[in-house]
Amino acid sequence: MNPEVLLHLDHPLTRLVLGLVCIFAFIGLNGLVLVWVERKVAGHVQLRPGPLHVGPHGLLQPLVDAVKLIGKQLVAPAGSDKILYWAAPLLAFAPATVCFLPLPFDPNLAPMRLNLGLVLILAFSGLGVLSLILAGWGSNNKWGLLGAARAVAQSVAYEVPLLLSVMAVALTAGSLDLYEITAKQGAWPWQWYGVKNPLAFFIFLVCAVAETNRAPFDLPEAESELTAGFHTEYSGMGFGLFFLAEYANMIIVSGVAAALFLGGWQGPFLPGIFWFLVKVYCLLCFIIWLRWTYPRVRFDQLLNLSWKWLTPLALLDFALVVIVAGFGG
Amino acid sequence: MSVSQLVQEAYTGLKSLVIGLGVTGKAFCQPGVTVIYPKEEVDNLASFRGHVELVGKEDDPAVPRCVACGACVKACPSNCLTILCPVAAKEGEEGGPVKMGPAPQKGSKTPGVVIVDFSLCSLCGQCAKTCPVDSLQFSDNPYMVSFDRKDFRIDLLARLRRLAEQ
Repeated sequence: MNPEVLLHLDHPLTRLVLGLVCIFAFIGLNGLVLVWVERKVAGHVQLRPGPLHVGPHGLLQPLVDAVKLIGKQLVAPAGSDKILYWAAPLLAFAPATVCFLPLPFDPNLAPMRLNLGLVLILAFSGLGVLSLILAGWGSNNKWGLLGAARAVAQSVAYEVPLLLSVMAVALTAGSLDLYEITAKQGAWPWQWYGVKNPLAFFIFLVCAVAETNRAPFDLPEAESELTAGFHTEYSGMGFGLFFLAEYANMIIVSGVAAALFLGGWQGPFLPGIFWFLVKVYCLLCFIIWLRWTYPRVRFDQLLNLSWKWLTPLALLDFALVVIVAGFGG
Repeated sequence: MSVSQLVQEAYTGLKSLVIGLGVTGKAFCQPGVTVIYPKEEVDNLASFRGHVELVGKEDDPAVPRCVACGACVKACPSNCLTILCPVAAKEGEEGGPVKMGPAPQKGSKTPGVVIVDFSLCSLCGQCAKTCPVDSLQFSDNPYMVSFDRKDFRIDLLARLRRLAEQ
């Protein structure tokens, strides 16, 4: 090959663009697969088969649903703030794609290596809640507004213990680079931070479910109370983008959890990307399992859990980690 | 609240969460209970309640056991049964066309017309329960569909004759 082409290929911009294209493909494909897994798990938990007729074992069902969503008319309700209304789904989806960039899929597969990758993910995932507020506010709908209000309180409450548990791990590893944190762990479970510091792992998992607005913490979109909460008024791909963003966020929190607590790409014999994806999908299945097991918490329960339990526990954990790290030198 | 109480609360809470996961996990591994209709059909029809149908006599299955007493019509809360039988002709009117009147009619022990309007029926089973000769029972066709409301006004005598022929 012409060496100049190779030089261009190694340019950071080329890597970024290629990475983004791959990420878009990954998010889209994963959305389809996860919707299928979600519905299958829901079906089997409730002693029914789930999607079955479109494609083998209903595998093509999400694809058909996606085509339907794309084909639908985009309607903005009367009295809505058009700019905010249409900005919200884009704003929900865009940060999710950025958060994929620093995820350590494999030591040799880095679209963008940042020494502050963890901070980038936390910062941009914090933007996600802004889109919920805009969606709820812009759609001129009471349910939407209530959902948005809930989203804010929930997001603020759960970001505190989430950050504390992440900080505990970052302090142990002495880095905010997800690649380096992963590299500090070993191939076997007893070398993982999730086993060394199970409390932080537990807190992170609970907060991750809450931050992604998944059941049992799906209060911003609680169907039985708020119709669909912040996305009540969205049709077609407006709703589709929120939906895709939710699944993308699930992958991000699972990916971060895998990297921070489960040794990321580290594993015996097989290539790194395989182990990383296995860990991510195990976590995703666990989150889906949670959704079909637990009923939605009440709002006071939600806030109590965060402020009265998780935040003090996370502080305690953080303090312990600081002491241990201090003694360890 | 003391620390030990808090620990106790956290312990019972977490335990119940794990038990919940166990319940759904077990259910996930069990085979489904739904019937995938076009490929499979239900087989527990003994307990199924279709529209009511007449029961034939043992020696002649085309003729119902019904004695046209009208008890079922009275018992029905939804007024979905119609039973008519020939009215006894008055003196001087013999030889004319046979008039039909609602059961019971003096001297008439067999029904002339038995119609159930299934669109009104609530499947309570009062008619079958009241029948003194056990001439009514639930049919067992779960796949009854139609685009026309009239198809749910079912002539039970004709149906009995058709079934007897088969």
